[in-house]
Amino acid sequence: MPAHRRGVVFQLYLRIAGYGFRRHSTYRAAALAGAFTNTIFGVLRAYVLIALWEARPGLGGYDVADAVTFCFLTQAFIGPMQVFGGTLQLAQRVRSGDVAIDLMRPASLQLWTMADDMGRAAYLFLVRSVPPTLVGAALFGITVPDSPWHWSAFGVSFVMGVLVSFGWRYLVALSTCWINDDRGVNALSVILTGFFSGMVLPLNLFPGWLGAFANAAPWAAMVQVPADVYLGTREVWGALAFQGAWAAVLLGLGAFATAGARRKVVIQGG
Amino acid sequence: MARAYVLLAWTWLRASFQYPASALIGLAVAMALYTLDVAAIWVIFGHTERLGGFTAHEVMFLYGTAGVSFGLADMLFGNVDRLGAQVRTGTFDTMLIRPVSPFVQMAVDRFTVTRFGRVLQAGVVLAIALPQLDLAWSRVWMVPVMIVCGLVIFTSVFAFGGAIQFLLTEAPEIANAFTYGGSQLTQYPMTVYGAELVRGVTFIMPLAFVNWQPALFVLDREDPLGLPHWLRFASPVAALAIALAAAALWRVGIRRYRSTGS
Amino acid sequence: MIELEGVGRSFTVRRRTGRLLRREKAVVHAVRDLSFSVAPGEFVGYLGPNGAGKSTTIKMMTGILTPTEGRLRVAGLDPSRRRTVLARRIGVVFGQRTTLWWDLPLRDSFELVRHLYKVDRNTFRQRLDELTELLELTSFLHTPVRQLSLGQRMRGDIAAALLHAPPVLVLDEPTIGLDVVSKAALRAFLSELNAERGTTVLLTTHDLGDVERLCNRVMVIDQGRLSFDGTVEDLRATAPDESSIEDVVARLYTGGGTAAAEPAQQLGSSVAQ
Repeated sequence: MPAHRRGVVFQLYLRIAGYGFRRHSTYRAAALAGAFTNTIFGVLRAYVLIALWEARPGLGGYDVADAVTFCFLTQAFIGPMQVFGGTLQLAQRVRSGDVAIDLMRPASLQLWTMADDMGRAAYLFLVRSVPPTLVGAALFGITVPDSPWHWSAFGVSFVMGVLVSFGWRYLVALSTCWINDDRGVNALSVILTGFFSGMVLPLNLFPGWLGAFANAAPWAAMVQVPADVYLGTREVWGALAFQGAWAAVLLGLGAFATAGARRKVVIQGG
Repeated sequence: MARAYVLLAWTWLRASFQYPASALIGLAVAMALYTLDVAAIWVIFGHTERLGGFTAHEVMFLYGTAGVSFGLADMLFGNVDRLGAQVRTGTFDTMLIRPVSPFVQMAVDRFTVTRFGRVLQAGVVLAIALPQLDLAWSRVWMVPVMIVCGLVIFTSVFAFGGAIQFLLTEAPEIANAFTYGGSQLTQYPMTVYGAELVRGVTFIMPLAFVNWQPALFVLDREDPLGLPHWLRFASPVAALAIALAAAALWRVGIRRYRSTGS
Repeated sequence: MIELEGVGRSFTVRRRTGRLLRREKAVVHAVRDLSFSVAPGEFVGYLGPNGAGKSTTIKMMTGILTPTEGRLRVAGLDPSRRRTVLARRIGVVFGQRTTLWWDLPLRDSFELVRHLYKVDRNTFRQRLDELTELLELTSFLHTPVRQLSLGQRMRGDIAAALLHAPPVLVLDEPTIGLDVVSKAALRAFLSELNAERGTTVLLTTHDLGDVERLCNRVMVIDQGRLSFDGTVEDLRATAPDESSIEDVVARLYTGGGTAAAEPAQQLGSSVAQ
């Protein structure tokens, strides 16, 4: 592809991301209500974690301030990473058969959906991530990265987390092509993501084989790993490599599934 | 009104069982989802003997009683938190042309077997915790009382959450902070929370009376926060007070809706 | 059966002005000083252009909305005070949205309606059989409502509104979007219901065929006020030079009566072309 063509394509996806941002900004009241709820839960969970760390100082390599910070970071990730299973609109379009129209477009369905989802994540970051974190900082005090390098490492890790989350949700949405009852798949996705991402409790508290599994599985890349990069409790390059590997695997599978979906729609007519 | 509820719920249940596999999968999934909370408690007590001064079985007792109360309230009336959506799409109007209270109609709408998930799961936890606690019979009578009071309190919180959606139709999620937030709060002993918060949920939004205060009686504990002793018998009063307040607020909401038409 | 005396309904709306966070309050009169009465057994068409106040009137008659002025009685009751008692004496159908339950088969929807209105089992069965036959519901009685065609859904909605045998039936645009055959069947049913049972019917519509074939009386509301009340013949007589009823009504909507005959006629003829 010549360079100027590539520029045009990039602009297209940038524009789609912009539309995704705008589309979600029309639901401002709902997003603010979500931020409020995230904040309340952050406060309640912070107290439980404080009680645990007061009983066991230094548990899992965190001190109390780390644990509180972790708690509000995870609340901040709920919106952008859709930890509680916000399904892509794509799933609905697959069920209704409208996906056939999307597959006819001369643009990649996967990149299109991804650009839109990035726009959504950017908006929810502003409205649903920033306020709970600020409230947490005001009520309990949270730790802050100590250098610009550290901040930018967290920024990259955060974006990678959104990418992994998208990669996973895209697969869940496309699975509707082959699995008729999508509710079961969605619920399973919510359970796996909620528990194994570090959302319920930090993964470094999980015992033995459960902890080993949780720390190696893709969901850790959505919450636990970016939170650790923020806290400085994980080596940055190793963390980014872990997230990058899972992003590559999930997006690769997504591309594979898209091709399968296209074949299914073209040959069997949906 | 109760009769109408039961008859309508039964019709919905029967309809949902036209696809029994789907209904049962939904139930299993709901139970698995709530079990995540128990898994969190299990992981926490893998690291410590006591949390906020309470043992694992005591915390499970608190979790179980609050869970059964919340589960029953959610099963019977939790659907009223969808009010914002009903108002937005205009389906709330069709409830106003019927001779049954819109609250009952909202509550019973789409009653499926999935709604039993939370009660069953919390019931299992309570059934495991109770025998481990070695309670005196002279104190166990409080358990059903607290579950009923908790049901009334959580139902009121749901009604409250529904009623504020008459004002905030675009932001129904706001109700979750109070309903599901209340459920989360009551899963742990109040000693883990800050004193201000505990005072707030004792004297303003009486969630401490769902399980915490009566549990102090059942477990025969002094109040670690030093609040008056008689409060542990005050759950019925607290439940009545919040129920009256919630009913009044719901009425205000309906009146407002009918006078603004939006 | 239906009595309105000086009924008015105004809304306070807040408008955003150009400047940030500045809002302006304005009072909008959706309906003002509306008076009419409908006798038992009448079949009344309630017409008016979009936004004239038809839906507001219906919402007030059914108790969904409380009027800001005037007195209102339906089946002997004040709708805003006795909403639930009134609900048993009135049937309401909205053409634009269903009162049935989307996921349930039609038969189960009827069962829910039976419990809501406390219709006893035998009476219910008898009425349902009757309605099933008259509205030809048999072939889709066990189909979920979301899979029904618009015509089928409308028949289902009407049956649901009549299961408790109300003496008054209010229909808000019941023929909207229906094909010619469905429309004809529906009209036949409604006219029989009115003639044989003596059910009082009030319907709003934009389809003047409904009015010509069904209504022995027509009311036109415009900008919240009643601008015409009389028989279909009276309506024609307001513009004897117009050949189609559509043109007559168009003239009424765009300025009313003979005073504005010139521009109305131009518009009328352009519609006819």
